[in-house]
Amino acid sequence: MSYEAPDFYDLDHLLTEDERLIRDTVRDWVSEKIVPVIGDHYLKGTFPDDLIPEMAEMGLLGASIDGYGCPGLGPVAYGLILQELERGDSGVRSFVSVQGSLVMWPILAFGSEAQKERWLPAMHKGEAIGCFGLTEPDHGSDPGGMETKAVKKGDHYILNGAKMWITKGSVADVALVWARCDGKIRGFLVEKGTPGFSAPLMRKKFSLRASVTSELILQDVEVPEDNVLPGVEGLKGPLECLSQARYGIAWGACGAAMACFDEARRYTLSRTQFDRPLASFQLVQRKLAETLTEITKMQVLNLHLGRLKERDAGTSARVSMAKRNACGKALEIARTCRDMLGANGITAEYQVMRHMCNLESVNTYEGTHDIHTLMLGHEITGIQAFR
Amino acid sequence: MDIIVCMKRVPDSAARIQIGGDGRSIDSAGLEHIISPYDEMALERALQIKEEQGGTVTVVCLGAAEAAKEIRQALAMGADQALHIKSDVGYRDPLTTARILADHLKGRTFDMLLFGKQSIDADNSAIGVMVATLLDLPAVSLVTKLDAADGKATVEREAEAGAEVIEVALPAVFTAQRGLAEPRYPSIKGIMQAKKKPIEEAQAPEEAALITLEALEPPPARTGGRIVGEGVEAVPELVRLLRSEAKVL
Ligand SMILES: Cc1cc2nc3c(=O)[nH]c(=O)nc-3n(C[C@H](O)[C@H](O)[C@H](O)COP(=O)(O)OP(=O)(O)OC[C@H]3O[C@@H](n4cnc5c(N)ncnc54)[C@H](O)[C@@H]3O)c2cc1C
Repeated sequence: MSYEAPDFYDLDHLLTEDERLIRDTVRDWVSEKIVPVIGDHYLKGTFPDDLIPEMAEMGLLGASIDGYGCPGLGPVAYGLILQELERGDSGVRSFVSVQGSLVMWPILAFGSEAQKERWLPAMHKGEAIGCFGLTEPDHGSDPGGMETKAVKKGDHYILNGAKMWITKGSVADVALVWARCDGKIRGFLVEKGTPGFSAPLMRKKFSLRASVTSELILQDVEVPEDNVLPGVEGLKGPLECLSQARYGIAWGACGAAMACFDEARRYTLSRTQFDRPLASFQLVQRKLAETLTEITKMQVLNLHLGRLKERDAGTSARVSMAKRNACGKALEIARTCRDMLGANGITAEYQVMRHMCNLESVNTYEGTHDIHTLMLGHEITGIQAFR
Repeated sequence: MDIIVCMKRVPDSAARIQIGGDGRSIDSAGLEHIISPYDEMALERALQIKEEQGGTVTVVCLGAAEAAKEIRQALAMGADQALHIKSDVGYRDPLTTARILADHLKGRTFDMLLFGKQSIDADNSAIGVMVATLLDLPAVSLVTKLDAADGKATVEREAEAGAEVIEVALPAVFTAQRGLAEPRYPSIKGIMQAKKKPIEEAQAPEEAALITLEALEPPPARTGGRIVGEGVEAVPELVRLLRSEAKVL
């Protein structure tokens, strides 16, 4: 039986024909290409690399970038793509988010013309893969404390330091590394194979297993002057990137929740205990009712945030609310749905536990749930409670 | 190479089909629709040929106003233009359908006219060859390979336990069998460009049908399975039942 996406408030009617067609195309592709194989990839801890060319062919990489061969999609269509990809798996969506929002977007926003020409078309075609190196072993929620350093020497910079938890780090052709230079944070495009630069794989993950996660080690790495992003200085650079990516994560987490709900609804209707379908018991119905309610709220919030972004009103605080809400609620939904599947719910024959484990990462990265709570607190009160 | 592909809008093969209140139509409320898969294979091959050697691909769809969505999808996949012959008639017999299509195809120039071997809802396997007859064109059905050059096409056609290789002068009509081509997913750019591509509209005549559909019946509900035993010991009994009771061996 094919996926039946929950749309309780008929939000479909608020989408344009293009948005619907793009959503349906990605939805079908995910059903055909991701869902059948992703459980095994997850268990093996591998990413479905063979699907990258297909994603590129459809134009999903850097889909919101305008120009340089990219389609320049509006925020809602972009969000819908990420929702559908994460309905498949958070790892697949993470790859597309990093590529588009965390590497291509900053190159477009802060890069030189030469950097744009070099990377954007290639990254859109999937010929070059990017990663975003902000987090360090000792600086996660507080990236402003970063220790990676760049020192100017002639016509190049010397980078030293380490990054951790970097999605696609080991395979990336280009790493956007944020480092402190004369006290100011700057972005450096570090190419694969540069002497002194290595990106060992991080293993033993319980979450986001169908995704490459790596350390970046920089030991006296020479980076030419031309590889610095000229257009930005300070923490604002990486934070603006994160705001782009968090918007997509809100949609993505919703997609994972939709997958869990669909699976739990089907399962509880077909599984009988005490001579009745599980779905006929009040406790199960309550879980389904609450789950669908949260998904519907999430969908409304995300769609409206997208429309706000269309008129440049998607402020970082508004994005924080959507990211926090979607990730927190999706994680609860995944846990509830996992429970409804009983023992079957712990296997890779079903999706719920994979989504549940993935959402732990999604809830943590790009600002943990609590950090977004504090960002909203700051917005409401004007008082910063981080430090 | 100018190619016309006829495509039909059909209920999604994965959808749960409900029979409407009149007992002779399908209840379309909430029903997902798709381009009939064999038509989509024909379209894919047409697009590949256009990409290899230039030319145009036109899709022709006889169907309800809602088929505009499937037509857009064909344009998003890469077709250049479309003709939508609008019709509210739910059921039409094959010859009437073929006549309407042939009337609209008559005066058009094309090198190849492609159909799916059958639509997955009506399953008549009739339209492609009927249209060819009405247009007085050669037709090759069940095509699994199709190449064209210098005014002729070389095709492979499914035959009992093998394949026939056929050469035919163009223009000609072909119906697609599984294996001809694997339909692509439309790209985002294709979807965005589809809006700007022309869709010509026409109205289908309200012709009297040659056949009337009296009733639709759902397939009988599936009864539960039966476990005849366990392990290898169960095999002889299973084979006996498959032969004598289920009559499938
Ligand atoms: C699978 C995965 C992929 C990732 N990919 C990338 C990537 O591609 N690029 C990248 O740069 N990073 C990436 N990250 C890193 C991620 O962004 C960080 O893990 C995240 O920012 C949290 O940092 P931390 O892990 O150091 O946790 P910490 O900052 O140590 O936080 C631990 C806990 O303390 C809480 N906490 C921290 N500060 C406060 C405070 N002031 N008040 C109250 N509570 C607080 C947090 O909410 C959290 O619950 C990835 C992480 C994962 C798990």
